[in-house]
Amino acid sequence: MCGNEAMAESAIQAGLDAYFGYPITPQNEVTAYMSKRMAEEKRVFIQSESELAAINMVFGAAATGKRTMTSSSSPGISLMQEGISYLAAAELPCVIVNVMRGGPGLGNIAPSQGDYFQSVKGGGHGDYHCIVFGPSGVQEFADIMPLAFDLADKYRIPAIILADGIIGQMMEPVVIPTNSKLTTQNLKLPKKDWALTGADGRKQNIVRSLWLAEGAVEQHNYDLQAKYRQIEKNETRCEQSDVDDADIIIVAYGICARIARRAAQQAREQGIKVGCIRPITLWPFPSEQISKIADKSPIFLVVEMSCGQMVEDVRLAVAGKSPVVFWGRPGGGIPTVEKVLEKIEQLVTRASSPCLHGQDGRATKK
Amino acid sequence: MMQTVFKRTPTLKDCPTHYCPGCGHGIAHRLVSEVIDELGIHGRTIGIAPVGCAVLAYDYFDVDMIEVAHGRAPAVATGMKRTNPDKIVFSYQGDGDLAAIGTAEIIHAAHRAEQLTVVFINNAVFGMTGGQMAPTTMLGQITATTPQGRQADGQGYPLNVSELLAVLPGTIYVERCGLCSPAHIRKAKAALKHAFELQINNAKGLSLVELLSPCPTYWRLSSPDAMLYIQNEMTKVFPLGRLKG
Amino acid sequence: MAGKIKIDIERCKGCTLCVTVCPNNVITISEKSNSKGYFPAQSTGPDCTGCTNCAIVCPDCAIEVYRDKAGSDKIDIKSVNPVKKNKVNNLARESK
Repeated sequence: MCGNEAMAESAIQAGLDAYFGYPITPQNEVTAYMSKRMAEEKRVFIQSESELAAINMVFGAAATGKRTMTSSSSPGISLMQEGISYLAAAELPCVIVNVMRGGPGLGNIAPSQGDYFQSVKGGGHGDYHCIVFGPSGVQEFADIMPLAFDLADKYRIPAIILADGIIGQMMEPVVIPTNSKLTTQNLKLPKKDWALTGADGRKQNIVRSLWLAEGAVEQHNYDLQAKYRQIEKNETRCEQSDVDDADIIIVAYGICARIARRAAQQAREQGIKVGCIRPITLWPFPSEQISKIADKSPIFLVVEMSCGQMVEDVRLAVAGKSPVVFWGRPGGGIPTVEKVLEKIEQLVTRASSPCLHGQDGRATKK
Repeated sequence: MMQTVFKRTPTLKDCPTHYCPGCGHGIAHRLVSEVIDELGIHGRTIGIAPVGCAVLAYDYFDVDMIEVAHGRAPAVATGMKRTNPDKIVFSYQGDGDLAAIGTAEIIHAAHRAEQLTVVFINNAVFGMTGGQMAPTTMLGQITATTPQGRQADGQGYPLNVSELLAVLPGTIYVERCGLCSPAHIRKAKAALKHAFELQINNAKGLSLVELLSPCPTYWRLSSPDAMLYIQNEMTKVFPLGRLKG
Repeated sequence: MAGKIKIDIERCKGCTLCVTVCPNNVITISEKSNSKGYFPAQSTGPDCTGCTNCAIVCPDCAIEVYRDKAGSDKIDIKSVNPVKKNKVNNLARESK
């Protein structure tokens, strides 16, 4: 199945009650697939009039306790930022899928990872976080959906899936997870007694994000932060391979992680000791894991399809213990295994100078 | 033997409101609450508070309530009603919320024939933020952003949202009333009741009741004069009556 | 009296709408302010018919209305100048 459709089917198997979305390349397979399958399941599908409307329809359905999601690509996700801030503030669970494309602006329809900052650092106004996942293939794109819904319900937080045009469109064999009910029971999800279901026989429920009383929003922020610390403690996910003896460690997520892994394998065949770290949750970021590995002072090579966004979080985690170097391609450019291997080889021959591109390691050209 | 012929209805919470003296919101809140109680739908009603003077409407309506981003109420309502068809969902919006930032959302909710009840409070001004021009501000009306009075050239004409919506096949009931005298207020209640009844009876489409509402503070009029302004001036631009249904 | 009203003095904001819609001029504005500084409305009593006009127009739901349903009391509607006293019910506006 193609990634977009596998993800959609997995969401349906995970108990999706309502999908709201607007057409945008490269995720149009999702809206088309959902329009057919949700009707078959007699669940809710609406092609909304805009991404602005879609995220607000999600807000409404989520407020009544339903499992709901939307999907879009970079420019549409920009439109959703207001809604995401409101969802985070009102503590409503939902899933938002971003199949990233080249930007900024209208950009192009090629794959990109240029929305890391937008999803991990904010995007919308205020101090908030969403759980952010970076799947690296069709199977993981599908596997992550029941987990995303469950964690969103467990912590009352929006979950963002950062995919890209390649993962969305490529075809791979996939097994759609259908044991979501089991997952839900195992996780013992809390009852949604805050949901708007009609105040029959109980006090009214209010879903809101405005509190004008002195100190109220400040306290709300502290409460949210306490929740975020819990999530950081319990839900960080990361994969690492061959790091124990590595001199160079590639940090990459999504499709870049697969390219990096291949390049690392080829480097090993040449006798260069390369390992890989693949963050699966981009927030919470596996800072502790990276920091521990940095104690051994390997060179970190961060590879992204952008001008360098996740590299800042790697730099923060490494905290100066080791050199951190970036190489990437923005605006729809796709790093190749050959090019990554070339960068690894350059690092080996120029081990004394840690920076490849300028003082701060930022990409300047191909 | 004295019998009570008028008292507060249960869905209208017994608390002071933050609204100005003579503000139409107080009247509209009471009418909507009375309709909810008389129709017996308190236990399954969900209301949407706007951004505007009525942002704290959840402090006054004793039903499940949600506060949403400016103008987005019809989209939120759509998400709620489609996933919970047995609930009665109503939005309560001002003229900035519905006719400025929220025009796409209300038109498309109506266009899709969402089964919603929309209470549209038109007081021709942005109250909460200090009396700026609204899409429904009258020509010549002085506001914080039209110090010379609204000019058609450059600022456009007052927007007749109800007339626009009445054209769409997805709207099944549109009526404009005035909160400007006891007789008008009684008629407004009947219109609101009809709009809620349509949703209760599963009618396939959107109902909207526009209420011309006094804003004595930003019209710089006494409360009685504000009601006269509605009767004598606003109705020339926003005629009262049933536009559809 | 055929009717009676009870005004919540602390809830009233002194907007005077009830004063203008009362057909019998039963309601006046008090010279004593409430704790919020508003000058609330007050009922002068015996001519009230319990018509509920005041309660219907009150934006603060500050008025309760009672009526003698038995009809044993005579209803005495005083003659008033409709233009001056019933401003809000009169559609004809005085020109400036």
